[in-house]
Parts: sequence; C-alpha cells; structure tokens
Amino acid sequence: MPRITVTVDGIKYEEDVEPRLLLVHLLRERLGKTGTPVGCDTSNCGACTIMLDGKSAKSCSVLAVQADGCDIVTIEGLGTNGSMHPMQRAFHEEHALQCGYCTPGMVMAAIDLLREEPDPSEESIRHGLEGNLCRCTGYCNIVRAVRRGAQEMGQAVTTP
Amino acid sequence: MTIQEIGRPRRRKEDAKLLTGRTQWTDNLTRPGLLHVMFLRSPMAHARITRVDVSGARDLPGVVAAFSGQDLAAEQGSLPCAWPVTEDIHVPDHPPMAVSEVRYVGEAVACVIATDRYRAADALEAIDVEYEQLPAVLDMNEALAPDSPKVHEAGNLAYAMKTTTGDIETAFRDAAVVIDRTYIQQRLIPSAMEPRAVLADTDGDSYTLWSSTQIPHVLRVMLAVVTGVPEHKLRVIAPDVGGGFGSKLQVTAEEVLCLLLTRRLGRPVKWTESRSEGNLTVHHGRDQIQHIRLAADADGRIRGLRVSLLADMGAYLMLLTPGVPTLGGPMFNAIYKMDAYEFACKGVFTTKMPTDAYRGAGRPEATFGIERTVDELAAELRMDPVELRRRNWIKHDEFPYTTISGLTYDSGNYEAATERALSLLGYDKLRAEQADRRDRHDPVQLGIGVSTYTEMCGLAPSRWLGEGRYAAGGWEHASVRMLPTGKVEVITGSSPHGQGHVTSWSQITADALGVPFEDITVLHGDTAVAHKGMDTYGSRSLVIGGVAVLKACDKVKDKARKLAAHVLECSPDDLEFEAGAFKVRGTDSQKTIQELAFAAFTAHDLPDGVEARLDSDVTFDPENYSFPHGTHLCAVEVDTETGMTKIRSYVAVDDIGKVVNPLIVEGQLHGGIAQGIAQALFEEAVYDADGNLLTTTMADYLLPSAVDLPSFVLDRTESPATSNPLGVKGVGEAGTIASTPAVVNAIVDALRPLGIRDVQMPCSPERVWRALEAARHRAQEGAGR
Repeated sequence: MPRITVTVDGIKYEEDVEPRLLLVHLLRERLGKTGTPVGCDTSNCGACTIMLDGKSAKSCSVLAVQADGCDIVTIEGLGTNGSMHPMQRAFHEEHALQCGYCTPGMVMAAIDLLREEPDPSEESIRHGLEGNLCRCTGYCNIVRAVRRGAQEMGQAVTTP
Repeated sequence: MTIQEIGRPRRRKEDAKLLTGRTQWTDNLTRPGLLHVMFLRSPMAHARITRVDVSGARDLPGVVAAFSGQDLAAEQGSLPCAWPVTEDIHVPDHPPMAVSEVRYVGEAVACVIATDRYRAADALEAIDVEYEQLPAVLDMNEALAPDSPKVHEAGNLAYAMKTTTGDIETAFRDAAVVIDRTYIQQRLIPSAMEPRAVLADTDGDSYTLWSSTQIPHVLRVMLAVVTGVPEHKLRVIAPDVGGGFGSKLQVTAEEVLCLLLTRRLGRPVKWTESRSEGNLTVHHGRDQIQHIRLAADADGRIRGLRVSLLADMGAYLMLLTPGVPTLGGPMFNAIYKMDAYEFACKGVFTTKMPTDAYRGAGRPEATFGIERTVDELAAELRMDPVELRRRNWIKHDEFPYTTISGLTYDSGNYEAATERALSLLGYDKLRAEQADRRDRHDPVQLGIGVSTYTEMCGLAPSRWLGEGRYAAGGWEHASVRMLPTGKVEVITGSSPHGQGHVTSWSQITADALGVPFEDITVLHGDTAVAHKGMDTYGSRSLVIGGVAVLKACDKVKDKARKLAAHVLECSPDDLEFEAGAFKVRGTDSQKTIQELAFAAFTAHDLPDGVEARLDSDVTFDPENYSFPHGTHLCAVEVDTETGMTKIRSYVAVDDIGKVVNPLIVEGQLHGGIAQGIAQALFEEAVYDADGNLLTTTMADYLLPSAVDLPSFVLDRTESPATSNPLGVKGVGEAGTIASTPAVVNAIVDALRPLGIRDVQMPCSPERVWRALEAARHRAQEGAGR
C-alpha cells in the first residue's frame, strides 16, 4: 500500500492508503475531518471542496495518493486563534446558510474565487460558484455574503 | 425595557458549528466496531426474482455477512402507509427488501455488511441474482387500460376518489366560456444536499437508530410497529440533518433494514447512500396528469371548476404517498369564489420509485393547475390576468371566508399584496415594453407571469386528519425547563433541518419569559430528549410547534407567579409580570423569573402544594389551518430563436402573518422560490421506455446553480392569522408553491401571440423551441389551407 504524507489544517499525517481511496474519505474516515461532507458522486455539488496547495479542489475527485506531499486546508482549519475567517463570518451575517451541508464547500469556493477577483461583481460571484450547489438558499444570500466577505478581506489587507 | 425579540432579524444560533465543520451529520458518526452496509439494487423495472446467491460475497475479505430478501423475509415486515385515503384503497405489501418480485429500478434485493464501505462495494459484485423480466408499466393512462400489465396482482388502480360541492352540471351548462386544459406535473427528485444515512446500534437489550430524517418521532413508532422492537427499547435520533424538503418525511427500507441488521448481528451498522443511489431510491415528488376545466361568465366571473387528476404512486404506497395529491383537493379553488367545484383523483401504480411529499406536497400542483388555467381564461377573454383575478378573488373584507371546498380562510388581503407586487415590478411599464416588442417582432419577447397563490399550512388539526383517514394527529409538543441558574431549556417535538428553529424558538421564549435570548437553548431531534413530537413538514413547525413553545412558557409563568407571590408575600393577583420579573403592584418589590428558578431548585421555602420545579409540558393542536398567500410576478425574456428563457425580474409579496425572524423568512422564501423555478425551467426525473431512471446523477438531474437564478425582490404584507396566538402562518413552502406557475405563465405570456398556449415543464430551451416550431408549423398549415 502506498504511503503518503499530507498536511491537513496544519498537522502532518503519514498514512498507508489503498490507491483507490478518495481524498475525501481519507479526510473523513481516517483523519476524523468530518467537517468536509460528501454530497454527490459525480463532482457536481462541490460540498467536499477544500484547499489543495492554496487552490480549491473537490476532494471527492482527488485520490488520496494524488495529494501526497500537499498542504490541505479544510473548513475546520480556516479560522485562526478560535475566530472565524471573514468569509465564515460573512455567511453568518448574511444568513447565507440554512441546512449548512453545502456551506463548507461554498465557503472554500468563495474564498478561492477572490484569489483572482478580490472585488467581484454579483455576476462573477454567480459564475465563480457555479460548481457548488445549494438547495436551501436560492443563492441570494450567498452572493451577498461573498460580497461582504470580499469587502472585509480587502479591508483586512489594506488596513494596518 | 427589554427589546422585543419577535420580529428581530436575529443571526442564527445554529450557524457556528455549520460554518466551522463541527457538525453531526449521520455519516460523520461512528461507533466502536462499526460495520458498513451496502445494498444491491434491481437493474430491472419489473421482474420476478428467481435466484439470489450471496455466498460469493460472504467469502470475501472484510465481509461480515450478506443477506437476500428471502433471508430477511420472516422478520422484515412491510413498510407502512399511514394515509389510506379511501376505504377501498389497495395498499400492497411492501417488503423493505424485495423477496420474490422487483417493481422499480433501485429496489434493494440483497445487502452486504463489511468492515468498510470499499470492501462492501467490492462484495456487492460477487452477489448473483437471476431475474425473469416482466413488463414495465410506465404511463398512467396505459396503466389504467384493462389489458395493461399489472404492477400488483390487484391491478394498477390504488384508489379513486371524487368530491363535488355545488351544482357543477349547471355551472358548466350555463357558462359562457369553458377552458379545458391538461397539464403535466413532471416527476421531481427532492435532492436535499445531505444524502440519506442511517446508523443503528444495540447494547443487546435496546436499540438506537440515528437517521437523516425529518421525523424521528413518527419513525420511532413506525419502526417499532414494523420490526417488533418494542417502542420503549428504541431511541431514534435525528442529528444534524442537511435538508429534507419532504424527502426525509419517510419510513425507509434502509432504516428498517439497518435496525434489523444490528439486531441480527449485535453490532453497529451504518449505511450512507451515494447520490446516484439516492436519485433512484429517495422518494420522488409531483408526477400528476391534471385535467382541468374552468367555467366562467363572459365578464370573467368563475362559475365552476372541475379537476381530474391521475397521480403516479410509483410501485408502492409509502408513508403518505396516496395522500399527497389529495392535499390539492381543497386547494385548486385557491383564492377564488365560485358556485361549484368537483375534485376527482386516481392514484395509479407504475413500476417507478414511489412518490411522496416534496416541498408543498399536493399544493404546488394544485396552485400550478389553477393559476395556469386562470391565465388561460384571461387570454380567452382578452382580459388582463390581474384584472381577471380581481373579479374573482375573495375580498379582504369578506374574511373569514368559507371556500367552495369547505376550508375557512381566517385572514388575508389579496388586494394589498397584489398592488404592492405590481408596483415593485413596474407592471404597467413592462406591459408597455411587451406591446412594443410584439409590435417590433423582436426575436426576444417579454412575458409577465402572475401567480396569486394561497396554501393551507400548519398541518394539521387532528380532527381534520382523522376525517381524512390519516393515521396520526397533527398536534405538536413543547416543554420549557428553567434551570437552577435561570437559564432555559426549550424542548421541541419539531426538529429542524435548516429552518432555524433554535433561533426562532429562542426568540419566542425570550419574549414570553423575559429572559435574554442568549440564556435559552433549544433541544430537539432525539426521542430520549424530546420524547413527544409530530416532527417537521407542511409548514407546521412555527404554526404548531412554535405556538406549543409559547404555551409552555405561559405555563411556566403561571407556576412562577405562585412562587413569586409566596416569596414576595403577596397575592398572585397583586403581581404584574414585566421584562422577566414579577413586581408587586405599586411597590419596588420584585423577583425575576430567573431568580425564582433558583428558589424552585433549592426548594427551601416553597408554598404548600407547589412542586420543586419551574417547567412545563404542552401539546398544542390547532383549530384550523393557516393560510399564507401572496402575489408573485415574474418577468421573463424568451429568445424565440433559441428557446432560451431568462428571468429578468422576480417580485414576491407574501403575507405569512406575523414574522418571528424576518431574516429566516427571507431565506425560506429565497430557497422556496428557487425550487419552484427549478421545476418550471430545469428539473425532471426521466425514465426510459424500459423503466430505467436516466437522471441518476446531478450531471443529469439539473439542480439550478447560482448562475441559473436571479436575485429576487421580496416584500411582505401582514394579515395576522387569527387561529393562533402568535398570528403566524408558516413560510416553508410558500415560495415553491407560488413560483412555478409565475414562471410558466410568464413564458406562455411571452409567446402567446406566436400561437403558444402551453409549454410543458421543465421549459428548457429545447421544449420552448419545439413548441414554437410546432406553432409556426400550425400557422403555415392554417395559411396554406
């Protein structure tokens, strides 16, 4: 069985894995990282989105062996010193979640889309989140939350 | 003075754990020695099972056991149907795992229990099943033909019912105009984001079952009845549940089987469905053929309505399958006055996944049918669809109003909601633009869709349910406990899966007891904690469960008053309760209810006959339904060359009575409207001619993503419900009920001058384009004749 090394939310793990093991199952069932849920089996829903070396990836579509040597951030590792990431806070403030199942992936995808466009329009937010499905919110408040999160993240960079 | 909590846009208490991944989805849970279950499912829509051999699976590494339906036949019972709507309904036996015959693709025929899910999946491949194929039954009309192959021995008609009020024959005979239309309510897949999961465990004596369910309490009763596990030895827990929309209002085969497997093996077992397994086997929604006839005078006054439904039950009758279409019965007449009404419904068996409740359950179908037909009447009479509605709807000064179908609408103001919506949309201006585009033969045509809906919510008064042959009541339970430190535990029988009960119930309690919002916690979803409940569906939680919480608070307050009088040495009548404190009138002497909680705990000085507790237990049974209503207006641009529909603006003005938390209300409406639009434009469960589901994945079954939807403009009018002390009406289903006809009416309105009077849902670009092609063809033929 191949041995891989991954860093997840700042902790380094060495694991022997079957080549067919999905990254999301490594996270959930071996490492106890159940904050990242699984919503489908065709990579359509995006619920399992994580950060893989700084870019968003659907962890149901990555084999654990492919993540060898990678740095992974999940929703559980997003906050710092016990306080939420500005995007998490923005989702709370704008009531951008109901059942919350899509939320971890949605927050990750939202943060990722700001990498390329730090101040996105409503239209670019909608396009940027196309790979993440939500059944509860109709996306209205998610769009608002991403705008708020973008503003707060922008301020976090520019203000001392 | 404390701030009034009811009406505040409180941010949700639920959010923190969901935002940081500290969730308790059923699939997150584990137990020492946990085994994983997987089911082998039928690839045939209809077949006799001639042989099942699981021995190959049993031999594989990691496999603990494998069973066929035959292995479980003696103990698996039959899945329950709790709503046998007629006396002579045919409720077929429904084994959780098929034993001798399969009747839809996806029905479980065998299972494997292994040490992990990968091993279990491998082992499924080693099970050998032989089938003798039988003819699939897919079309409801064909299923009712005398020579149709039978889904069940007793035939394909599950039930037939008909009710008539008023003189329907005269209404139609004397009518100046009769609109006669047939609409298809396509089959939908509810698609809650969290796939179903079940975990069952036993200590050898009693059992615990965790399930991603909307109905832990109903499930406990039903599992006890089906499996024979005594109710008091069975605890059911709905941990965090990731959406339901009716799809988790069910007693599923997998829940029963997991309980049986843990009983057999004495070990914990877990099953988590894959999405494609879920699309096959989570009950589907809608699926009706609606024949609607509307009789009216030349001035547009509606005289009579005849509705005849064929409702696809699928292969079996599940928990509420037969009742769902009948919920439309009292609703097709909607907000309109008329002299006579006839409602007929046939439940038809086919070899497909059973249907059951899906957001709105019967009421969206009814609203679609009537709102589409009313628009057709307006077109026939060349009247504005809003004006036609005005001539027929119940006026605000006519409430309470008993409708032709026998419901008494307690309050409402259709005029106010409609005026507000017209103004927000800029209706007249859009009509002018529409005329202009028509004159110019613009390839992109503009359409405006109107939907003035109402719904019966707050399911339901137990008395009514009894008359409707429903096997349970409609009450809800709440309990309020003051803890020694003055903090408050609220226990509710209505467990949420995204609706924010913890926040809203805290707001109700904070106002009722005068304690801070932060000092309140809400417990739910575990039959060992919330021991009574009727659970969550039918926009009932706030209207019934929320009112139960209010009444439980009132009881606590009554007890606290006696205690306060004793402590303050006065008569209870001398006390006034304000901002969480009992004050002796005309003095400075007072005790807060939180202080009294400690006095009840120490119990050092209690009056005679007063127990050492400040808590209460209440069930509330509503006297009537509640009737939210509203006006939704949708403006679409339809490209007549490509068939593409774009929603340009969407305005919703809803009257849901008093609002506890406007933020939550807005969220419910957003999501509801999106789901209704999804039915209008995108979603359909498609079976092929052999009965194979083609839309098994999210790549094939098109849930809208953020790019597919616009932002919505929302506003509210407020006519408080008079049937409950909170004045609330419920909001969970309103958006979905309203939006589907608004969108389709808009599309037809855009294309009507081109000879279109209907487009079948989902109104995909291809469907719209084909409808246009057919109309062009008809026009050419007409011209050539």
